[in-house]
Amino acid sequence: MTMIFGIPIQAFMGQILIGLINGSFYALLSLGLAVIFGLLRVINFAHGAQYMLGAFVALLALNWLGINYWFALILAPLVVGAFGALVERTMLSRLYQLDHLYGLLFTFGLALTLEGTMRWYFGASGQPYAAPAALTGAVNLGFMVLPIYRGWVILASLIVCLAVWALIEKTRLGATLRAATENPTLVQSFGINVPMLLTLTYALGAGLAAIAGVLAAPIYQVSPLMGSNIIIVVFAVVVVGGMGSIMGAIVTGYLLGVAEGLTKVFYPEASNIVIFVIMAIVLILRPAGLFGKEA
Amino acid sequence: MSTLLNVAGLNAWYGESHVLHGVNMQVNEGETVCILGRNGMGKTTTLRSIMGIVRKRTGQITFAGQDVLAMPLHRTARAGLGFVPEERGIFATLSVDENLMLPPVVAPGGMTLDEIYSLFPNLRERRNSPGTKLSGGEQQMLAMARILRTGARCLLLDEPTEGLAPVIIDAIGAVLRELKARGMTVVLVEQNFRFASRVADRFYVMDHGVMTHEFPVGELNARMDMLHETLGV
Repeated sequence: MTMIFGIPIQAFMGQILIGLINGSFYALLSLGLAVIFGLLRVINFAHGAQYMLGAFVALLALNWLGINYWFALILAPLVVGAFGALVERTMLSRLYQLDHLYGLLFTFGLALTLEGTMRWYFGASGQPYAAPAALTGAVNLGFMVLPIYRGWVILASLIVCLAVWALIEKTRLGATLRAATENPTLVQSFGINVPMLLTLTYALGAGLAAIAGVLAAPIYQVSPLMGSNIIIVVFAVVVVGGMGSIMGAIVTGYLLGVAEGLTKVFYPEASNIVIFVIMAIVLILRPAGLFGKEA
Repeated sequence: MSTLLNVAGLNAWYGESHVLHGVNMQVNEGETVCILGRNGMGKTTTLRSIMGIVRKRTGQITFAGQDVLAMPLHRTARAGLGFVPEERGIFATLSVDENLMLPPVVAPGGMTLDEIYSLFPNLRERRNSPGTKLSGGEQQMLAMARILRTGARCLLLDEPTEGLAPVIIDAIGAVLRELKARGMTVVLVEQNFRFASRVADRFYVMDHGVMTHEFPVGELNARMDMLHETLGV
């Protein structure tokens, strides 16, 4: 049997794969958080709840309307994004003039409300969501067996992350977003409807969380608390990557997922805390994060 | 000449601090008007209040017949006003080209990219470098150029020559004369008295949040004693 560092290669690669899958979710979620924080200066504590809502949209669309996974992948971000736009327009936007703490408290309250509501209707236990038939099964890569759905999650997350990165860094709309991040008042004085831009940005972040939720539904079970389990780790990822850095959020998401996977191989006891240990070290050595600019 | 911009009884506040105390000012179409005054007298606040960046205002601001005071900030540019801030406001995360293309075109009649690059040849050479890698003079030119693209009818220009070398100041003066030849209306706030006297048609003198004097450029020499006293120049 082939060994790497005294570990069978199957076990080693298996953990790297699990790390990459977790990393895919970390990257998608921290990307949304970074986009929202960059422009709105709001730490969106409702991000985990929006991820959960995305998974529920997929589940309920299937159970109630017979809408399949592929349509759910488009429908969920639209529904959750529209809900996010409504929340931003009617409530969150009233808090921008106040201390940033109010935005954080508001989104935290929103997360608790959404999770509580979903628990009331659907119970706390998880409900299974079947992967689409085209993505079931596994392929043998020689050194390991790769479940097709998991490969798909990594691929889909990469595509979405790169598309959002290109939107922000390479397009005219993205240039407007970056400019509004630096100086919203001046950008608005040019005749750009910045309040609308903020609403759309929040909707984009919420929609990204919903995509992650749909991708996660067949792997984890769909449950009201699925978001609160993952969101704390995602916040650590954002802190390590650097608040507001788009590429930083993406790269750090995958890196920390893999770091977590590798820790499971070499020192399983530490795998739940390794991300937070890395966060602490980064905060001491580079307070602005790995990709952040020193303020 | 018809009045393009009319400001009447304008009061403005920064938070609790009452900065403008009833500013009256008229600017005619195609005119270059310069506001003189010492630091802290409300010149910049006047421009920022006309643009709508300072929101706490009372009084009247009409531009091309429209009530600008009631508009949300992103509508004033659409009405035809363009603002070039003192700090220039060049975006660090955007390239020169992205900075230039950022403000949307609000009306026909703005300069084309070719016209802008022939007016500001330095910008063409640096189109792909980050905005903040430019020299101070180039940043000022970029800040003006991006408004000239939009078709704005009136340029609010806050201390364009501040901190720049004489040769750059001459270049900016040439640009302003070129704009006047094209019929652009300009409201200029300026500390550099010599520069202002070469480009302006008419002057307002501002003191403690009100306009205290108003005179055409022809009366400049006759007014020197008053200016020395008010401006401390």
